[in-house]
Amino acid sequence: MCDQTFVAATFGPCESCGKASPLMNIYIKTEAINYCSFCVEMMACKGLQEGETVASLKKESESLKKKLDEERGKLSDIELNQVAEKVEVLGPLCIKTRRVLKGHGNKVLCMDWCKDKRRLVSSSQDGKVIVWDAFTLNKEHAVSLPCTWVLTCAYAPSGCAVACGGLDNKCSVFPLSLDKNENLSAKKKSVAMHTNYVSGCTFTSSDMQLLTSSGDGTCALWDVESGQLLQSFHGHTADVLSLDLAPSETGNTFVSGGCDKKANVWDMRSGQNVQSFETHESDINCVNLNYYCQLNPFVSGLCCCMFTGAPQCRFYDLRADREVAIYQKDSIIFGASTVDFSLSGRLLFAGYNDYTINLWDTLKGTRVSVLFGHENRVSRVRVSPDGTALCSASWDNTLRVMSWSTMSNILFYTQRKGCCILRLFSL
Amino acid sequence: FPVLIRMARDMSDKEILKMELDQLKKEVSTARTPLAANCAQTVSMVEELFPNDPLIKGVSDEKNPYKGDKGGCTVT
Repeated sequence: MCDQTFVAATFGPCESCGKASPLMNIYIKTEAINYCSFCVEMMACKGLQEGETVASLKKESESLKKKLDEERGKLSDIELNQVAEKVEVLGPLCIKTRRVLKGHGNKVLCMDWCKDKRRLVSSSQDGKVIVWDAFTLNKEHAVSLPCTWVLTCAYAPSGCAVACGGLDNKCSVFPLSLDKNENLSAKKKSVAMHTNYVSGCTFTSSDMQLLTSSGDGTCALWDVESGQLLQSFHGHTADVLSLDLAPSETGNTFVSGGCDKKANVWDMRSGQNVQSFETHESDINCVNLNYYCQLNPFVSGLCCCMFTGAPQCRFYDLRADREVAIYQKDSIIFGASTVDFSLSGRLLFAGYNDYTINLWDTLKGTRVSVLFGHENRVSRVRVSPDGTALCSASWDNTLRVMSWSTMSNILFYTQRKGCCILRLFSL
Repeated sequence: FPVLIRMARDMSDKEILKMELDQLKKEVSTARTPLAANCAQTVSMVEELFPNDPLIKGVSDEKNPYKGDKGGCTVT
């Protein structure tokens, strides 16, 4: 931008930047403004209001953030594990792999349970979406999508359709037909259209509406039948990487987590961002920083968020608007990428990049157990709708379904005693 | 009616900051409840649901759909 030559009637401190220089005396809406020529240019180009600069906005933002922390701190009179001191300690838990679902040709990226508690849908980097019967290991449906990296999939509440999406920037719905000969790809319906990859999708309380999150920084609510955009949720300043819907009794809210290190709670009807949680993690070594968030589906008002790539899982209480617990251990150095709660909310299952699943006691903040078995990082864990089983999807191309098992001990593993022990499982 | 979605990466720094500022102003005044009450409620809700948690308390063999049909062999 080259400066214009102008006749300067006055010389003095500029009202915007404060530097002494020849001032341009101009009138904006009858108000006299005396800025130096540079500030006038800035104002004209950036549309800033009087006195506003990017720096001043940043300052205001910082001070508000501090105030927000103060407000939240005022009500923080106790920790969750202190309140839970009197709760009985969990006994040794044995959760055993019951089924290994093999069939995908590449990393399994996402899975979702059907409400009938036995079927599940999984999607993979190989471009396939498979519907399994977890009891019989039967593959009931398989669809090949034209693009690879199907990042997300969801089962419809009725059990009659599945939705999936990924790098094709769309989320499509496939009705599941009982006719084995029918070509499911032909019945594909593109519902969501984003301008970047679709990272997460879920049906709302019915088959009629689909909620999606995308790398374009927005979440959106779509009508499945017409493909129309019903509501868009705008507030993340970077890719949105995960979303989770609250149980319908508690109203229409959902939470989304993004690469801007924020977890935002949204009101579905108004499209407003109701609450947001930001972490001050400065662990920039992780390649894939984002917030993965999961609302506790059974106990309302609770949310677990984590920085994928960071080994801590943070637990937030939405009504108190603050973090109430952190699940971490010095021995855990690999990041976690997925969490889910057990039926009562007492257990938190977290899948890590070191191929394990850690079980945390949500109330006491301690680790209860570790599940081994996968041969690559765990991409998704989900508890079945009735809480009887846990399914985990992994980059080792398989899914595992696990459930409770009785056991008899020969020895037992305790950290205090430091001896490593074998367990005999009953078959 | 079409709703315009704007990608965050298309917005200037100033617009992003303005958006964050508006959001913060809203949040500073949200209603919050004290932690002690919330934690106590959380603990009691979890304890109530806890005895019926199949992954913690377990299920009997008849009700366990995953029990038994895999593995083992019959000698004839």
